[in-house]
Amino acid sequence: MIAPHLPILLIVVPLLGAVLAALSRHPFAAWAIALLASAATAAIAIALLFRVQAEGVISYRIGGWAPELGIEYRVDAFNAFIVVLVGIVAVVTMLYARRSVVAEIIPERIAWFYTMMLLCIAGLLGIAVTGDAFNAFIFLEISSLATYTLIALGRDRRALVAAYQYLIVGTIGATFYVIGVGLIYLSTGTLNLGLIVERLAGTEGSRALIVAEAFIAVGICLKLALFPLHAWLPNAYAYAPSAATTLLASTATKVALYLLARFLFTVFGGHVDVGQIPIGSILIVLSVAAMFIPSAAAIFQNDVKRILAFSSVGQIGYITLGLALANPTGLTGGLLHLFNHALMKGAAFMAIGAIVFRAGTAKLDELSGIGRTMPWTTAALTIAGLGLIGVPGTSGFVSKYYLILGALEAGLGWLAILIVASSVLAVLYVGRIVEVVWFREPAAAARASREAPLELLVPMWILAGATIWFGLDAEWPAGLAAAAANSLLGVAP
Amino acid sequence: MIAHFSQIATIFLMVAGLYVVIARGNMVKKLIGLSLFQTSVYLLYILPGKLLGGTAPILDAGHAVYANPLPHVLILTAIVVGIATLALGLTLVVRIKEAYGTIEEDEIIAKDMPKARSTPARGAKSA
Repeated sequence: MIAPHLPILLIVVPLLGAVLAALSRHPFAAWAIALLASAATAAIAIALLFRVQAEGVISYRIGGWAPELGIEYRVDAFNAFIVVLVGIVAVVTMLYARRSVVAEIIPERIAWFYTMMLLCIAGLLGIAVTGDAFNAFIFLEISSLATYTLIALGRDRRALVAAYQYLIVGTIGATFYVIGVGLIYLSTGTLNLGLIVERLAGTEGSRALIVAEAFIAVGICLKLALFPLHAWLPNAYAYAPSAATTLLASTATKVALYLLARFLFTVFGGHVDVGQIPIGSILIVLSVAAMFIPSAAAIFQNDVKRILAFSSVGQIGYITLGLALANPTGLTGGLLHLFNHALMKGAAFMAIGAIVFRAGTAKLDELSGIGRTMPWTTAALTIAGLGLIGVPGTSGFVSKYYLILGALEAGLGWLAILIVASSVLAVLYVGRIVEVVWFREPAAAARASREAPLELLVPMWILAGATIWFGLDAEWPAGLAAAAANSLLGVAP
Repeated sequence: MIAHFSQIATIFLMVAGLYVVIARGNMVKKLIGLSLFQTSVYLLYILPGKLLGGTAPILDAGHAVYANPLPHVLILTAIVVGIATLALGLTLVVRIKEAYGTIEEDEIIAKDMPKARSTPARGAKSA
């Protein structure tokens, strides 16, 4: 009875959980509700993945209306992949959140924090499963509004300014997206992505569509922080509460990347340039710039959270590079990196959250020698860092390997060299962290702290362990990414 | 020219709103610009949905021509989203005013960067 309604339950469950968490007003009850709701969501996501693998594309019509009139949810190999990623990260973050939130947020606001986490998850999953362009905008705003609140809940007063700046930039991005969708709607008369694709065939080369594509691409790129539209991200990640940073870094930009890929490939057909815009070439240039410039900026940061935030902007470059290559191997590499980066960055932000929990600071020069007193936490941070570099044996290596193969397949040998060269920058910023935390004499902060509690270590090591596991045996995620890439590059939406 | 009046008005609002967001340092003014920008999108959707001589979409024997209700429904939702964004933005501005004592962006940045302020070269530039 439940099985046919899985796509909608994916959103209803966290939404309902958010209401209950808000009503409970009690820190522990809200956490328990949030954990249950995200566990149920993850279970639904995995069930959906299995159904998609067994039966192919699932189409769910809300209220039984035909796609021409109502909203259609559509789950294919690509959505299912993203939904599972968001679900798993949500559960692990909730496990981590309890202790870290108690330390970072005023007690009266804890229940609201979990409400916002669940709303954010509901919005992100909604973007991923919906097959309706305007519905995606609504979910984008649900998740964004929750995100602004989550960032503003940070202890530092700079969190407020970071949230405000993100609100301005995020709203401009979302509004650009709606302008683009509006122009598509005017040209095709439908908002359903599948129907848009069918009707676009008749309106090829129209100027309105070129404008629409430009608006949508720029709007979503603001949300996913593609260089040089990333200015909001470092502050937002640095000042948000640790649990919120983990969730955002692992899921929010990834879902925006999903939306970009969905539009570029299924709607506009990214492998064929629409009209006058060589979008693939632009994306390659911006991706390469993202791989180098923010990574170089990361080297000069002192706050570890900011180092990791700048590194996120850099790593997004690899994912968009995979999209821009638009051949099966390159796209698989991009999507695999999307998956791996979510796990690695999640582990890294959890580790630095645990260090803040014990040592009370994320400033690199105050953390010297913290590896002696918090070995497990620091080890997880190191593993995540090695993954960001792409050391063989970590999952980051596998995805970069696919990307290099994809670049060679596209006949862009210089791009393969640039991918390797940009990893050197990651070596520098990760190396700086590793040198300070392991090889320096313990400073005051390090001597005063001890190993993080098990509740923080377990979720951190689930993600750090996954980084190693998927580095040694990448068959499962690579298979998912390849299926997703094939469904994107296939003719059918 | 007159035929395109509505489009020109839409584009004017769009650009004016975006300009206010970028050019003003006052956080409330920025939000006003943002609202203007969002409002232009409401017009972008609603104006082409108007059908001259058409009525509201009600099944009635007397009327055969009616306007497409979908843009209105979409924009009703977008308005709600816009209100929520504006409300949250204003809330943040109130909290920022409490925490910093000002809502001018450059003053806030200066307050968080004591180092940049003490450097004479930087100070001379910003003055």
